[in-house]
Amino acid sequence: MRARRLLAAAAGVAFGWLALAVVLAEDGPEAQKVDFLRDVRPILAEHCWKCHGQDDPESGLRLTSREAILGRADGGKTIVVPGDPDASELVRRIEATDDERMPPEDEKPLSVEQRQLLRQWVAEGAVWANHWAFEPVRQPQVPPVRNRRWVRNPIDCFVLARLEQRGWEPSPEADRYTLIRRLYYDLVGLPPPVDEVDRFVADTSPDAYERLVDRLLSSPHFGERWGRHWLDLAHYADSDGYEKDRARPDAYRYRDWVIEAINEDIPYDRFTIEQLAGDLLPDATADQKLATAFLRQTLTNEEGGVDQEEYRIAAVFDRTETVGTVWLGLTIGCARCHDHKYDPVTQRDYYQLFAFFNNSEEVTFNLPVEGKDLDLYQQRVAPLEAALAERYRQLAPGEKEWETNEHRRILAQPEGTVQEVSVKIVQAQSLHPEQVRMEIDNDAIRVTSAGGGPDELPAADTYQIEIELPAMELTGLKLYALADAELPQKGPGWAPDGNFVLTGLHVEVVDPQEGAVTIALHRPSAGFAASGFGAERVALGTRAGSPGGWAVKGKTGQDHWIQWRTYEPIAVTQGTRLRVRLEQHYGDRHLLGRLRLVALTGGYRGLHLDNEEIAGYLEMYPEKRVARMRERLFDYYVTEVIRDEEVARLRREIAKITAEHRVKFQSVRAMGTPLLPRPSFIFHRGEFLSPTVAVQAGTPAVLPPMRGVDNSEPTRLDLARWLVSPDNPLTSRVFVNHVWQHLFGAGLVRTPNDFGMRGELPTHPELLDWLASQVQTKLGWSRKQLIRMIVCSATYRQASARRPDYEAADPENRLLFRQNRFRLEAETVRDVHLAAAGLLSERIGGPSVFPPMPEDLAALSYANNFTWTTSRGEDRYRRGMYTFFKRTIPHPNLTMFDAPDANLPCVQRTVSNTPLQALMLLNNEVHVEAAQALAADILRKSAAASDTALLVAIWRRCLARPPQEHELAALETLLASAREYYSAHVEDATAAVGSHHASSIPVAEQAAWVVVARTVLNTDEMITRE
Amino acid sequence: MRPRANCDRPGWQAVAAQLTRRHYLMSAGYGIGLAALRWLLASEAQAAERNPLAPKPTHFPPRAKSCIFIFLEGAPSQLDLFDPKPKLNQHHGKPLPESLTKEVRFAFIKKETAVLMGSERKFTRHGQCGMEFSDLLPHLATCADDILMVRSMHTDQFNHHPAQLTLFCGRPFFGLPSVGAWLAWGLGTESQNLPAFVVLSAGRGTSGGASLWQSGFLPSMFAGVVFRNQGEPVLNLVNPPGIPAELQRKGLDALKQLNASRMEMLNDPEIESRIASYELAFRMQMAAPELIDLSDETQQTLDMYGVGRPDPPNSNRFRGYAPGHFHQFALNCLLARRLVERGVRFVQINHASWDHHSNLPPELAHNCQMADQPVAALLKDLKRRGLLDTTLVVWAGEFGRTPLGENRQGYARPTGRDHHPYAFTIWMAGGGVKGGTVYGETDELGWGVVRDPVHVNDFHATLLHLFGLNHLKLTHRFQGLDARLTGVGGRVIHEWLA
Repeated sequence: MRARRLLAAAAGVAFGWLALAVVLAEDGPEAQKVDFLRDVRPILAEHCWKCHGQDDPESGLRLTSREAILGRADGGKTIVVPGDPDASELVRRIEATDDERMPPEDEKPLSVEQRQLLRQWVAEGAVWANHWAFEPVRQPQVPPVRNRRWVRNPIDCFVLARLEQRGWEPSPEADRYTLIRRLYYDLVGLPPPVDEVDRFVADTSPDAYERLVDRLLSSPHFGERWGRHWLDLAHYADSDGYEKDRARPDAYRYRDWVIEAINEDIPYDRFTIEQLAGDLLPDATADQKLATAFLRQTLTNEEGGVDQEEYRIAAVFDRTETVGTVWLGLTIGCARCHDHKYDPVTQRDYYQLFAFFNNSEEVTFNLPVEGKDLDLYQQRVAPLEAALAERYRQLAPGEKEWETNEHRRILAQPEGTVQEVSVKIVQAQSLHPEQVRMEIDNDAIRVTSAGGGPDELPAADTYQIEIELPAMELTGLKLYALADAELPQKGPGWAPDGNFVLTGLHVEVVDPQEGAVTIALHRPSAGFAASGFGAERVALGTRAGSPGGWAVKGKTGQDHWIQWRTYEPIAVTQGTRLRVRLEQHYGDRHLLGRLRLVALTGGYRGLHLDNEEIAGYLEMYPEKRVARMRERLFDYYVTEVIRDEEVARLRREIAKITAEHRVKFQSVRAMGTPLLPRPSFIFHRGEFLSPTVAVQAGTPAVLPPMRGVDNSEPTRLDLARWLVSPDNPLTSRVFVNHVWQHLFGAGLVRTPNDFGMRGELPTHPELLDWLASQVQTKLGWSRKQLIRMIVCSATYRQASARRPDYEAADPENRLLFRQNRFRLEAETVRDVHLAAAGLLSERIGGPSVFPPMPEDLAALSYANNFTWTTSRGEDRYRRGMYTFFKRTIPHPNLTMFDAPDANLPCVQRTVSNTPLQALMLLNNEVHVEAAQALAADILRKSAAASDTALLVAIWRRCLARPPQEHELAALETLLASAREYYSAHVEDATAAVGSHHASSIPVAEQAAWVVVARTVLNTDEMITRE
Repeated sequence: MRPRANCDRPGWQAVAAQLTRRHYLMSAGYGIGLAALRWLLASEAQAAERNPLAPKPTHFPPRAKSCIFIFLEGAPSQLDLFDPKPKLNQHHGKPLPESLTKEVRFAFIKKETAVLMGSERKFTRHGQCGMEFSDLLPHLATCADDILMVRSMHTDQFNHHPAQLTLFCGRPFFGLPSVGAWLAWGLGTESQNLPAFVVLSAGRGTSGGASLWQSGFLPSMFAGVVFRNQGEPVLNLVNPPGIPAELQRKGLDALKQLNASRMEMLNDPEIESRIASYELAFRMQMAAPELIDLSDETQQTLDMYGVGRPDPPNSNRFRGYAPGHFHQFALNCLLARRLVERGVRFVQINHASWDHHSNLPPELAHNCQMADQPVAALLKDLKRRGLLDTTLVVWAGEFGRTPLGENRQGYARPTGRDHHPYAFTIWMAGGGVKGGTVYGETDELGWGVVRDPVHVNDFHATLLHLFGLNHLKLTHRFQGLDARLTGVGGRVIHEWLA
């Protein structure tokens, strides 16, 4: 209801901003009047715009703006005469009873009420209102106020003017303790150190507050605090999401980019451009490319059998909607399926935005993370990389064709898995028959010394074996090297350690008529190979004396196998003979001691390809190939199929420069451009299998158009520049609102993700616009300057105590007659506990960490593909924002306090208050340890002090302010009970103290203090920003 | 064993606690104002009024009060359990006409060469109603007259996680509440000492993880609370080492005073909620151990469920295996009954994996051997205690399995079935559904629904209806829309109601 009433209040921009905003909840006489946005626009949108809309309207008649409706219809009649419904063609046509009636018969008719509403609207003057958020940002005058002394900066005038209209007064300034704690929580997310508190409280100089603000704004922890806010919008996580939910070990690089960018206060326009299109900037740096990982926080589905195109498009939907939410403050996802009557963004608009991201490509690039003179390195390789990318683009059509042809060719080949076929051994012979005896033992061959002991065997040999095949489709040959008790170390070889080395293989068909025909083989593979003696080292063909070969050192004493495949199936008749030569030229008696040969059949598909992995990918339906398979195919095509010289040369040069600079890389997800441009379509009902009309990249029609884009299709870079252009009415307002929300617990627009028709109106529209224009001009898009301005205002500095006298009229404090009091976020709850205890690590950035997590929870993740290896040392005590975030199994301590699930952008976290939170702060390992460490630290530092002094010390570590008498009394009573208990239960005392025993203090005494510390840490005040 | 009276009679406990506190506050005699004292005494009553988990009125009289949702992750084969297809057996080895598969997408099946696969199972009729079950579910078959079997389910998704999201949240998107959260939010809970929505798991984890019991855009207190199989039943339930219950209570008393004095100063009702949360937390600490203490169950009951039974020999070769899962699943069924008895609104029992792409006959037999006895015991136990009338038990996977054998790339011959969203079977019992009924029908091959199709949204609409809720009215404002469990679909199937 509230939203509706507020909409009613919006009856006309004509009434002026103040007029519409002052209305809180009371209905004025205005409510009886027809309201354009509430009553009329939905009728036009639903019933008229289909034919009389923006594009190619029926009879040239548009009903989309006031100018248009005041014009004439075909035939010269005036469409709408304000105030005179009977002279208005529009009214006549909707009320007609003949075939002139609109909408025409085959369309949904208007109801009686709807026709009356339209008539009344015309009678009342046909007021046409545009939605406030799509109007240009104005530069309102700072309003005059009576109580000038209260005002610290113009923000206060806007707030106070509204309060004075009601005859209300702002709250007094909060006390110094609350102020410093508020600033610490808001700007760096940590409790203020006690000495810092005392200095601030004692500092009576007029600019003490501002100096504190400046100190905190320049703290490196500022970037963590405000970076985490941004990561909520980016929906950052350390894993893929969906079923497999694989880890993303590179994800933290983007998180660190955000922290650094915010610490450096990169202006918000640049911050926007780099994250949406850093890769498209001229001479993009590695950091700018990294910034586009903003767009890679989408989920990836590698569940077996999924259609990759479906999930690629799901990610593009996500990017489109994320940009809508984060910059435009609009929930545009509804337009994915069809137009909605209340929605300013149409389905066409949606797919035009979609097209920017559809014609983008998920890429990984090598981020230089270490090396000599990385700036110079980047300058040197940038042109080469650009040339390489260009070359890839040229090769892409050919690659596509190759992939398609190979896929077809493979699918035309018969199916069937590889199977072994026994063969009959006809004869087996050594090159040195006088030294080597070869004995056929069923289907195996045993090799022994002809003369006596193994010493008589030759150092090297070639076995020639003739086998007879049944009628079959021959697709390969497999050799088993068999263990045998008679061999050294049980074999399978004759070398003293049981090893052998197969150096070469030659296979030919023995044809009585045509003589010997060599069989070409490829795709060597082995069940096991010693390091440096892989299957591929076996020489194929007649080449002799190869130094390499296949060997099994390290796993002797057991059976092994190696196999080769033919290039195509060879149909052989019953009794066909093959002659197989097994060359073993390594020396030192590295000879096979027992072996068996089998023929292979089946596995026809992709047999002509050298690489089994590639053949497998090519056989898959293209839409089932995941990104890494597609990349592998492209690379194989370039390097193995066409062996492109240009690519090879460029890669060599890059490798050379990389070596010179000794660069180390990390592979990082980012955004790029596809090798082949990808067209975009409107999907019927959002179904990716139902493309309808083609669309070009573009921006929503309801917003000012892009400027300065030439005839070619605009890119992500154009989109990013448009978002931060002075014409754009939304970006600056939405940005200001986000910042405000974190400093007051609620935005100036209370629906921060909906600046559209269904959202709420701003509580202080002029203030919102004033800030939005300031941020773009005077503040140069500086986040820090904006925050500084807000936190220095008297409005921000108010106390947060409730004002029962005003709350009845304004229960949500929309007029800002006080500050708000709100619970800390999940990460910060952890941080303030650890910081108060003196445990918190202050390290900034780096790979995500794994604080303790219950084992059974970690085990819940898919197929146990992931192990949560608890971090040790300092990493146990890192800030909450560094906890590895696995989307399917987020850390319970984070979700318990409403950390978002990272599946969608989170503009506003929920703030719940549950018993499970109470249990966590009371009993969870981390929080219990904080109590133990806090007690130990205080006792250690002031062992000789009185109980009261110690209680005050603990209290102030946690809450900054000194405790009041009755608060001390409550804790003293608790302390006494705990002392009494522990003096009688020393084992419990030892357990309660945990690993933080201060050795000089009796354990029972320390345990009592742990109980006290735990209680203070659990106060509501501890986790509340007041 | 802990004394029962404390937990079963919260009213008595609250009175006792208040008496103690009044005494304590008066004798303490420090600077707490009279106002604070008055406030403290009134606060619990107020907090209870504001308690979002307190029972709430329904839209119309409910049939069911609690739900036990047994989720067979991966999707069991309806063709081998519930929906016999003699014609499919006759056509074993033959391809499907192309007209049937033309527009269809599969996860793994290669359409060009796929052939039908008959079922090896024997089906027989059971109960007065003559409902058919395969020989893999002999215990469950004895409950036929209490079961409403729906053979005409269909969904929109053919990959696991999206289909699981659909089954629990109505649509395949993230950020939506699951059905348990909707019920907890819409109805509150009868239990003052336990969460409204509890999740129990046996075997391997489900691939959808927490997204299947999330609260989405509803407040987090409505999300499912995972009861654990090892250690403490609820995370952080147990006091830290060296802190006995009496000191925990004393600490909470001091904490309550500190929070109350802050409340008096700032008047922020959030502080009041915080106090209430800590008090409920303490009550949960008392109640949860009692919940999992089975010493008041008879041996006959334990045996009926199969609590304590060992895993069969060599079961580690099966996909669904995890050490001790035969016992764990049985225990979960028993715990589900105990939770429902104590007023918990929604219990979700998960078991993975039923995703039998290959080696289906022995894999399915193994899983059924695990599930059959405890699930049947649950139905019988609820019934004999008079709880079945108000407890809806659901058995469902996220979709069904294909009549086609799966000829995935690299398989020598089909021994399993692929994902099949077009027709599958779920069943329900109790909670006001019409037992002994088979609803809907698939074609003679089990490919498509030929009578009374039921979309997942329809199932949800009817489920809410059983709880006295109109699915069109149970809405929450999200992203500018009045979001509901059933998305833009859903119709109540009145034929299911007893």
